Amino acid sequence: MYDMHKLAQLMGELEDQLVVCMRCGMCQAVCPVFAETGRESDVARGKLALLDGLLQQMFEDPHGVSQRLSKCLLCGSCAANCPSGVKVLEIFLKARAILSGYIGLPPAKRALFRGLLAQPALFDRLLRWASKIQGIFLKPADELLGSSCARFQSPLADRHVKALAPVSLRRRAGSSSSPAGRSGLRAGFFVGCLVDKVFPEVGEAVLRSLEYHGVGVHLPGEQGCCGIPALSSGDLTAFTELVRYNLERFGADTCDVLVTACATCTATIKKIWPLMAQDLTAEEQNQVLELAEKTMDISAFLVDRVGVNPSVASGSPEEIITYHDPCHLKKSLGVAAQPRALLRANPGKRLVEMVEADRCCGCGGSFNLQHYAISASIGMRKRDNIVNSGCRMVATSCPACMLQITDMLSQGGDAIQVKHAIEVYAESLPTSE
Amino acid sequence: MIMKALVKEFEKILGQDNVFQDETDRATYSYDAAVLDPVLPSLVLRPTSSETLGKVVGLCNEHALPLTVRGAGTNLSGGTIPTAGGVVVLTNALNRIIEINEEDLYAVVEPGVVTAKFAAAVEAKGLFYPPDPGSQAVSTLGGNVAENAGGLRGLRYGVTRDYVMGLEFFDVNGELVKAGARTVKCVAGYNLGGLMVGSEGTLGVFDKIILKLIPMPPARKAMMAIFNDINKASETVSAIIAHRIVPVTLEFMDNFTIRAVEDFSHAGLPVDAAALLLIEVDGHPVQVEEDAEKVESLCRKMGAMSIRVAQDAAERDKVWEARRAALSALSRVKPTTVLEDATVPRSKIPAMIRSIEEIARQFNLTIGTFGHAGDGNLHPTILTDRRNHEEWGRVEKAIDAIFDRALALGGTLSGEHGIGLAKSRYLEKETSRATILYSRRIKAALDPKNILNPGKIIGG
Repeated sequence: MYDMHKLAQLMGELEDQLVVCMRCGMCQAVCPVFAETGRESDVARGKLALLDGLLQQMFEDPHGVSQRLSKCLLCGSCAANCPSGVKVLEIFLKARAILSGYIGLPPAKRALFRGLLAQPALFDRLLRWASKIQGIFLKPADELLGSSCARFQSPLADRHVKALAPVSLRRRAGSSSSPAGRSGLRAGFFVGCLVDKVFPEVGEAVLRSLEYHGVGVHLPGEQGCCGIPALSSGDLTAFTELVRYNLERFGADTCDVLVTACATCTATIKKIWPLMAQDLTAEEQNQVLELAEKTMDISAFLVDRVGVNPSVASGSPEEIITYHDPCHLKKSLGVAAQPRALLRANPGKRLVEMVEADRCCGCGGSFNLQHYAISASIGMRKRDNIVNSGCRMVATSCPACMLQITDMLSQGGDAIQVKHAIEVYAESLPTSE
Repeated sequence: MIMKALVKEFEKILGQDNVFQDETDRATYSYDAAVLDPVLPSLVLRPTSSETLGKVVGLCNEHALPLTVRGAGTNLSGGTIPTAGGVVVLTNALNRIIEINEEDLYAVVEPGVVTAKFAAAVEAKGLFYPPDPGSQAVSTLGGNVAENAGGLRGLRYGVTRDYVMGLEFFDVNGELVKAGARTVKCVAGYNLGGLMVGSEGTLGVFDKIILKLIPMPPARKAMMAIFNDINKASETVSAIIAHRIVPVTLEFMDNFTIRAVEDFSHAGLPVDAAALLLIEVDGHPVQVEEDAEKVESLCRKMGAMSIRVAQDAAERDKVWEARRAALSALSRVKPTTVLEDATVPRSKIPAMIRSIEEIARQFNLTIGTFGHAGDGNLHPTILTDRRNHEEWGRVEKAIDAIFDRALALGGTLSGEHGIGLAKSRYLEKETSRATILYSRRIKAALDPKNILNPGKIIGG
């Protein structure tokens, strides 16, 4: 629980940002959740008005406000299109932290974030064990997509999930450290939970690409979560612990850049860590800023720093691939051309853009858990756009998007594979031996 | 508070999901885009069919419950701020385009259809619906009709009023009234449609709207004329009109606005210019070329430093996107943005622009001015912080001064944003006591319990 002085301090900070919203309502045009529900409390303007109302003490329902605040994908579509430049994500994350501090986290979330997520070694062990027994609960749903669905009635409802990988990336790869090769660069590899435990093949593609381009790798065997699941539930304590845990493993002299293959991890480390670092020491805050500065999405790193530059394709390959822009990559960081460049570098694929390529897939992390019906409805629009592109494969740059898109395509029974852009790229590289 | 039994009845009509009772949900319908205090409605209702909309209206009247219809809530004069104790009726579940008739050039829509979506659907059939208010990406056609919304193309194509062929609306008892027809000509009965357009939800509740469509002009050309003297720019506006050229759009931006927009949109606007005019002509290709040349030489003669002609559609779109961003870009400068739309006869534009500059100096305020200069509709935009009480006092005085000046020049309080709550106390100044009383008698006869958006336009 926060002390009151701190609460007041945080509130004051919000007020100056809240007045920036002029209630023009333009966010209604781009909010994926509002498009489904048509409820003002689901769009940024409504949520900002609620926070403002709370601060002005116009009504007293922090719990109701907190509930509505959490009905948000944090996709940033509103912020990217906000004429007045309201820092919506920053306000929402801070408000979630303030409200959670005020109301208290639900016991289950508290146990999950502080007792498990913020204890990376324990978290790893538990999920290793879970990967071994998940077959009891899951049965295969779609072979091409590698998806599964529940054997019995379960909290998964109708979801088609990707099961935990039998062996996580960091178990497969172990700690590794190699010196800068011919590129002269050494990259820290922040793996992230989903790549580690669900999509280790994505991590392997990252390692393979780095090796191919002569980039040295710093891969600590023990890493934590980037902290966004805790933070988006307002758990600043667990978030801060995780930032600190990761800082210790990616110190200033360990790497020239920090790469990830997860749009959300990239955006979190680059943008959210500096924003929410107030509980860290001054020295740690400096480290956060330095690390944020050198954090890059893997495709941005390969194209902008290593200089991967696909030659103009000769001929027109048969196999159509399309690309989905993760919100946290395009809207948060402006990275959209680089993953496409990686796809074009694969001579076996022809990139065809889908309609609304940068429209949110509807996953939104815990949003998917709490509001599955809305999440699935947004996801189905994405699924339709993917199918209508005529592709055999859809690529993206975020494992969370991959989960959601896999679920939607699997439920639709569509014969379309879901890959990370780096997998498509790595596949085109000549084998080293 | 509303009786439980009545809430139950609304739930029976609309379904529980479409009756919002929680204070937190209601609070999100307590405001619109006007700089006014929010008012909490006691209930929010969302009809999903014409039939239930009528029932809701009838039931509200039966219980003397004030009713404010809300589309996207982008109103700039407080027209969608509810009455204390009243209900808000949402139209966003009434959003079907019922018909686009290509043979007879009309469309029938429900009130909750979003303006830009409608314009796109019409354009897909090679037709054109010109009214394009600044909020068109989210605004609803019902709201556009209720406010008689304008936009950038008013100069050549007129405003929403000029496209309403007919209306079906519920009177206060929930009975359906039909006005106008699907024909170009119609003189059957009173011009009730004319009464409803711009009535801001005070006289009836729209159910269906019949809108006129026109063929898409085959060619258009946009240009930007850059001036180092604000007077030269405003005099050019008058000169173009005086030379019997009617561009689609003739927009003005002062230096302050130019810089704010450029900071925001990076559209390549000349940040050193004192003012610029954005001009678009359309029509037959030959005529477009001819008009564009005339406008260009006129601009040069009037002292434009340079003229940039958009070379392709992408360049043109960029210009107009920048213009559309003007209000929003200005709003980034300070926390509170007061957007006015006092309008003068177009020949008086130079005088009005000078007056606004004087008023900004007199009250020591930051005012960015942009707007539809070609139709005399300027948007002096006062940038302030409402929390600064001393400055806010000066803002209110400046608004009074702008209105007085516009009226003295033979203009009007509002070109397109409506009177709503924000300007109702000024209306008598523009009209007369008798006008207010006449309007109130109409209102009293049609809405004896005064439930339809009470307090808007004529006060009371």
